[in-house]
Amino acid sequence: MGTSVTLTIDGEEVSVSQGTTLREACDQVSHSVPTLCWHENLSPANACRACVVELKGSRPLVASCSRIAEDGMEVMTNTERVRNARKVVAELLLSTSDATLAPDLRHLAEESGAQAGRFSGGASWEQPVRVDNELYVRDFSKCILCYRCVEACGTDAQNTFAIAVAGRGFNAHIDAGFGRDLPESDCVYCGNCVAVCPTGALIGKTEWDMRNQDQWDENKISVTETVCSYCGVGCELQLHVMDNKIVKVTSPMDHPITHGMLCVKGRYGYEFVQSEDGLASNS
Amino acid sequence: MGLTAVFGSGAGTSSYEDFHHTAFILLVGANVAEAHPIIFHHIMKGVHNGAELVVVDPRKTLTAQKAREHLQIAVGSDIALANALAHVIIRDGLYHKDFVNRATEGFEEYAASVKTWTPQRASAITGISAEQIESLAHRYAQAPTAIIGWTLGITEHHNAVDNVLALINLALLCGNVGRPGSGLSPFRGQNNVQGGGDMGALPNRLPGFQDLSDPAVREKFSRAWGVPIAEQPGWDQTRMFEAIEHGRMRGLYVIGENPIQSEANSEYVRHLFESLNALVVQDIFLTATAEMADVVFPARVSFAESEGTYTNSERRVQRVKAARRAPGQAQDDLWIVASLARKMGHNWRLQEAEEVFDEMRLLTTNYRGMTYDRLEKEHGLQWPVPEEGHPGTKVLHERLWAENVSQKAPFNPVEWMPPAEQVSKEYPFLLTTGRRLAFYNTGVQSNVYHHPHNTGEWMEIHPQDAQMLGIEDGEVIAVVSRRGQLEVPVRLSETVMPGTVFMTFHFPDEVMTNLLTIDATDPRSGTAEFKAAAVRLERVAVVTADGDLTSNALSSRIRKEDTDGHSKFGSLPSRVSSS
Repeated sequence: MGTSVTLTIDGEEVSVSQGTTLREACDQVSHSVPTLCWHENLSPANACRACVVELKGSRPLVASCSRIAEDGMEVMTNTERVRNARKVVAELLLSTSDATLAPDLRHLAEESGAQAGRFSGGASWEQPVRVDNELYVRDFSKCILCYRCVEACGTDAQNTFAIAVAGRGFNAHIDAGFGRDLPESDCVYCGNCVAVCPTGALIGKTEWDMRNQDQWDENKISVTETVCSYCGVGCELQLHVMDNKIVKVTSPMDHPITHGMLCVKGRYGYEFVQSEDGLASNS
Repeated sequence: MGLTAVFGSGAGTSSYEDFHHTAFILLVGANVAEAHPIIFHHIMKGVHNGAELVVVDPRKTLTAQKAREHLQIAVGSDIALANALAHVIIRDGLYHKDFVNRATEGFEEYAASVKTWTPQRASAITGISAEQIESLAHRYAQAPTAIIGWTLGITEHHNAVDNVLALINLALLCGNVGRPGSGLSPFRGQNNVQGGGDMGALPNRLPGFQDLSDPAVREKFSRAWGVPIAEQPGWDQTRMFEAIEHGRMRGLYVIGENPIQSEANSEYVRHLFESLNALVVQDIFLTATAEMADVVFPARVSFAESEGTYTNSERRVQRVKAARRAPGQAQDDLWIVASLARKMGHNWRLQEAEEVFDEMRLLTTNYRGMTYDRLEKEHGLQWPVPEEGHPGTKVLHERLWAENVSQKAPFNPVEWMPPAEQVSKEYPFLLTTGRRLAFYNTGVQSNVYHHPHNTGEWMEIHPQDAQMLGIEDGEVIAVVSRRGQLEVPVRLSETVMPGTVFMTFHFPDEVMTNLLTIDATDPRSGTAEFKAAAVRLERVAVVTADGDLTSNALSSRIRKEDTDGHSKFGSLPSRVSSS
């Protein structure tokens, strides 16, 4: 701590404190690298390879999200190799997953000039939608196996360990244990996996239903920051309200108490507020 | 209450982030993983950074399952444990002598009081081995930093304040208060318990825990409010209930509480409320209490339909904002109270929440530097915030580490007393109560959303006990205490010890747990002993093949399963929206 290391990024010299990742160092000189699986409140999983950079002296490209900066490193963020790698990452992901609700992936594809259909028509496998409870839905056709949900469920926040990546290769998928439905698993429905999912593969049931019925309208949703009314922890809530109904609850990722994480009551236990709806209330 | 007595303010001394870097976390009577899940995230961050987590709890809770060591203590024996820990720490010379000399008083008396509390004596009472007590004492005392956290397992006892004092004594003994990574943390059970106390919603306190008995304090508020401030403290709930019982109190105005279902010995509470001449209830739902009221004021949902602040368990004051329109004629609590005053002939102005806050902060040093604008921009502020440039206070009582400590923190020797009710031949089981993760209190809020595990209430019983009584998993049995009886399905579970059973009070419309609980109350804190009631368990008559019930079956309102085997959700209660 305290000591700094000096490296160059695209020829520009930069000093950062010891322990800084290459991704952070790149940010400091505004040569930001794209990311998909990286998340500000989670440990780097090194899963997606979108953030790779070229490092002089290193044969393979390195994942900047987790590689720690060292004195004298020469890092290149925009070489042909790097650009090509990002493009292929995007093309491979697009060949297997539905990016409709994945802004980061779509952005990566656009920036890298990916051809969405390049690998289409290859091997495919069943990616079912699992609707097994009223709180959130798992749409595996959108999953890019970024591991964020696994980490939020594990040591990075919730410490419940209800889900993990199961299977190898094409069969790799996020699983709640033996393919079980969520109600039979260890899941406690905190929805912290949903909060960090970058692709909409994990999505609130209310949002899922409303989207399917073409009722979800971002333009009509207002977001108000307030505080949860259950226990005395004081979690900040962002109430997403559409047509005077709460349709989703999140928490800011930079909040000192929640770091974006909530419990099941805070995230889903809001129905009592609007339980008059549909019943005569102005009598 | 205990914290106020020792330190002058009743609040947690450290911040959640202190858990990240502390060396030792001792949780006593706190199932944080279920009752305060996001604080548990902070605790686990500390554990992953190397902190040792020890959980003292009669049940093997989710929290206990994550601990390095779980001490499964007998219900209501916490003081015996704390005193024995102090005994070992003093006996072996492990206490923080410099801190004790400079910053505390009454050490000699305290040391004398724990002299007889040998680990062997405590072991016989707590059920924890003497070796484990010795070892815990050494580890706690030798940790460079340590936080003690507790919740209702400590405070829902007839000797609640003594329980808290016993833990404070330990922290004082080892200098584990007033510095980063060390402290005393009561985790507040309800969103604004801390804020209520902060605002002087205590019979003997004015906002900021300012002492009503201090003439200068009364004079200050008298001048600001233009009315004399009564010298006599008001009544707490226990005294109010006594006054109703003796006919000295005839009217009651209940705001946002459901005491008919949430208070211990609820049959007695119902009897008290029935004897009132006037009962006014202000709530968002027509709760069981509201159903008894002469007048119901429909209120807005505080966190989603009105403006204000809550204060959390780390003294952080945060803004609450309206996100939606309230239904019908539902009104803001502030508007209702002020309008009521106006109807009663007082010329109260109808104010915005921010105006009230600004008046309060000028009278309250802890809050003086807070503005709505700052609260919004800075994710809330932790009091004390004595002036507007002040960043807030993460660690309380750092003054105890100054060269010269002006106001020393006193040790308060406490003696162990068993729970008010002991098991007996007639009532051989101890019922202890608590929360489950997905639900909350009397369920007014939490029984409405569609949680997959919303299967109603059940009672946890150790498999050995069940076998002894011939009770099967899932069987509906009768539970009888000296105050009432009910029926509930059982689940065999090794989370409880033999001889102890566990229930929540989340589903009172189906299983009214507080019919059983005892209203033995600590007069100093006003909290009843929800954690220990003696009960007996009886098998109930079952439906015979031809559909008849045998005669002595209790009226059961246990949730029925539908044909798919899925439990039906209770019908959605409707918001109260017109008066």
